Amino acid sequence: MDYHLKTPVPEDEIRKLKMGDLVYVTGTVITARDEAHLKALELHEKGEKLPVDFKDVGVFHCGPIMKKVDGEWTVIAAGPTTSARMEIFQDNFIETFRPALIIGKGGMGDRTSKACQEYGCAYGAFTGGAALLAARGIKKVREVHWLEELGMPECLWVYDVEDFGPMIITIDTHGNNMTQDVKEQVTARMEKIMAEMEG
Amino acid sequence: MTEISKIVEDTAVELLRIAVTELPTEYVKVLEEAMEETEGAVGKAQLTNILENVVIARENSKPMCQDTGIVAFMVKLGDGFPLRSEVREILIKATRRATEEVPLRPNAVDMFKGNTRDNVGLNGHVPIIYFDLVEGDDLELIALPKGGGSTNIAAHRMLKPGLGMKGVKQFVIEALSNAGSLGCPPYFVGVGIGGGEDLCMKLAKEALLKPFRVRSEYQKVAAIEAELLEKVNELGIGAMGLGEGPTALDLHVKMAARHPASLPVGVVISCWALRHARAVISSDGEVEIDKSV
Repeated sequence: MDYHLKTPVPEDEIRKLKMGDLVYVTGTVITARDEAHLKALELHEKGEKLPVDFKDVGVFHCGPIMKKVDGEWTVIAAGPTTSARMEIFQDNFIETFRPALIIGKGGMGDRTSKACQEYGCAYGAFTGGAALLAARGIKKVREVHWLEELGMPECLWVYDVEDFGPMIITIDTHGNNMTQDVKEQVTARMEKIMAEMEG
Repeated sequence: MTEISKIVEDTAVELLRIAVTELPTEYVKVLEEAMEETEGAVGKAQLTNILENVVIARENSKPMCQDTGIVAFMVKLGDGFPLRSEVREILIKATRRATEEVPLRPNAVDMFKGNTRDNVGLNGHVPIIYFDLVEGDDLELIALPKGGGSTNIAAHRMLKPGLGMKGVKQFVIEALSNAGSLGCPPYFVGVGIGGGEDLCMKLAKEALLKPFRVRSEYQKVAAIEAELLEKVNELGIGAMGLGEGPTALDLHVKMAARHPASLPVGVVISCWALRHARAVISSDGEVEIDKSV
């Protein structure tokens, strides 16, 4: 199925998504990778307010190339980064900030999958390296935070997006995880290949 | 600045621009064939997106991927070329310029001070420059900016020599299986065997740039390359690790002699966007840019 979602995305719409569905998003998508996840969670723990609200919007694992043209930030290239690096705190992040969608590439593990199931979040895989396809869906750079401290790839960029996609749902709220399924098959094939290998 | 320095600098900037904006046509052709042959809709869609993205990059001269990598240059400096040690400073300057002009993403991070913002830093190590002294009057430059995702899935192991070539092959399969979806497959794979703990990694990186789909001149090595490429594809990781389409587009092996007690193996992997460009600059400043693979 194809879905065109608008942020804020109500939880019941996310719960309708199934592994393999194609999704396009219109509304707000905020970039956050390793450092931004860490800082957001640290600030929350200290009881401080974040400059952005992740609730019901898309969190994009992305460190874009941005350029200031006539005083305005513009997107040059903005594809997904490897999501697996965020596996160490994504479940905590989902529980704390309740985003609708995690957008990235390469898939995520059991902890994220469990958090998605529990808190009504889904993972949309964007084709890795397809940074200009992604940039095409970004209509406006609304805000930027933590740029000075974290630098261009790691800071929070708040984008207005229109039909941003296609993303393939690889983690849904029903406990399915496409990347994990493929990984298990690959491991089984590896073991067979290794056993049959000749000198 | 002498004229020849300016020529080298301009050429290096241009090579970085070509590398990040134009995927070699030979790779595009193979990706197109893979897209046609992939039956599953999920895998086909990934390859279609890659190809569409590659066209936008070329037409608009924009980086195909936002991760324009850590910048690396492979330099072959001919005995008769008028520049010597100053080539390093010229390439550093070119990296700063390309970061602004192409633009490239600032990817050099100082662990204590943060992003250096110009792709240059720390202690003269980045951009990475591999110098080789060669006969002749020319300077050969290869720009090889390589992304972090596929860099993170490199693998290295010091095997027990008793495990022999079978052990080496098993390690390569294990490395690719572990790489899985993480580094944007379909992959290009470079394998370095022997030399030492560091040289095997360098050989593996160089192996990525051996002529595309041309097997090693050494018959035994060629057979290993063919076998490994087939078996890596049997893993079925597929485009973007979603289980459909090719896992690897090519695989090369480079070998050196090893210590009797050591069997070092390095595996360096590139994402589908194996970005590189090469130029030869003659001693009188004539530049020939070579976009073939």
